[in-house]
Amino acid sequence: MKQMPIVLKGTPQGLLLKPQAQSWDVILNALEYALQDAAAFFRGGRVILELEDHTFTEANLTALRALLERHEMELWAVLGVDEATQHLVREHGIRTRLPGTATPAAETESPETIFAQRTLRSGQRLNTPGDVTLLGDVNPGAEVLAGGNIVIWGRARGVLHAGAWGDETAVVCALDLNPAQLRIAGIISRAPEQRRRRPQPEVARIEDGVIIARPWTAKG
Amino acid sequence: MRGKIVTISSGKGGVGKTTVTANLGLGLALLGQRVICIDADIGLRNLDVMLGLENRIVYDIVNVAEGRCTLPQALVRDKRLRTLRLLPAAQTRDKSAITEADMDRIAHEAAEIADYVIIDSPAGIEHGFRYAIKPADLVIVVTNPEVTAVRDADRVIGLLEANGRAPARLIINRLKPALVRRNEMLDANSIVDLLAIGLIGIVPEDSSILTAGNRGRPVVLDEKSVAGQVFRNVARRLQGEDVPFLPLKSPSFFKRLFGAY
Repeated sequence: MKQMPIVLKGTPQGLLLKPQAQSWDVILNALEYALQDAAAFFRGGRVILELEDHTFTEANLTALRALLERHEMELWAVLGVDEATQHLVREHGIRTRLPGTATPAAETESPETIFAQRTLRSGQRLNTPGDVTLLGDVNPGAEVLAGGNIVIWGRARGVLHAGAWGDETAVVCALDLNPAQLRIAGIISRAPEQRRRRPQPEVARIEDGVIIARPWTAKG
Repeated sequence: MRGKIVTISSGKGGVGKTTVTANLGLGLALLGQRVICIDADIGLRNLDVMLGLENRIVYDIVNVAEGRCTLPQALVRDKRLRTLRLLPAAQTRDKSAITEADMDRIAHEAAEIADYVIIDSPAGIEHGFRYAIKPADLVIVVTNPEVTAVRDADRVIGLLEANGRAPARLIINRLKPALVRRNEMLDANSIVDLLAIGLIGIVPEDSSILTAGNRGRPVVLDEKSVAGQVFRNVARRLQGEDVPFLPLKSPSFFKRLFGAY
């Protein structure tokens, strides 16, 4: 499967940005696209940039900050750069290591899990960097956006987006899975046009680059 | 004891808010209740026309809000039922002419001299909607058996819940039993299922409702009309009576309905 140019992941400290592509043009483009898509959700947040073998010049830094500022976000930390670059970054008042941790905040299993018991109605939206469990229906016109998995104990009719920051292992389950649109990471599927047979619990996940929903069985 | 304030809302326009307001107001008046109907659709004044009271208007709600007259001065008494009074909307102004606080004050003042205050909300979910629901003790959401209308009703109910607003009840207007039977129209069960609020009335499609409104003599006043009976029943349910739902022409529809309630 084609690699995503960036991976975004919600952590308790902020939004973790891991560039996968090498070219900064590609990275910034992908970031702009991702932020446009969920602008309201990210607004006011801070970003942790985690680099691997990237060159990171002052020009890159300025461009990234400008982009984030347009989305009312702040570059808060830059991790994984060599000492010379660390020096440059700190000069701009940006930290190069996270408080209280020596390592990047990569292992964050369930940062902010939401459990709700209600009907999610048209125009309403649940979102979290973590998992979502909803005891109730997602009506048409409602949206659920999760960095992790989505479990709907009810009828899912609106738009569901699991793994919204690029986690392709995220799953979506519902007692009656019939959303207008189902997204996992960067993959989108629409509801089938024909009418549904009897509703049954289903689990949707990415298989070979497409979203497949299968009837739920105890064996999973 | 102050009267109950009921707002008729829908989100979508054209689903029959004003028809419901007029018929419910008269229906309650027929039961001997003192009713004040408030037309909150400022700039698109309709309720007076449907009640046949247009030519009696002297003052309107904006005059009351601005203190140019008192509430009792602005109230237009119904020509048939003396216990029904109308506070008309202004036609030459727009929604910005009154605030949520104005509406709250006027509705509560009306509730001091009536058993029911029924507010006909403007369409939409903007300022007009917000001031209309502000004073409500109960909101009646009107929808049609159409996907778009149901979607908007759902949105409105969501907004009511999010604001911690009054409880909501549902009226399904313009249902065509024949279409439902052929699976060509949403049936009442699916709508109630989706919206998950209590049903207080199902009004069948009936051209006499339209013509009665056009003549300024709402159908509820017609003793022989089935649609009139539907509205009289809604009025009784609002009073807390347990009135069974009417069978609507088609027997299979009746069975469906009964299966669920």
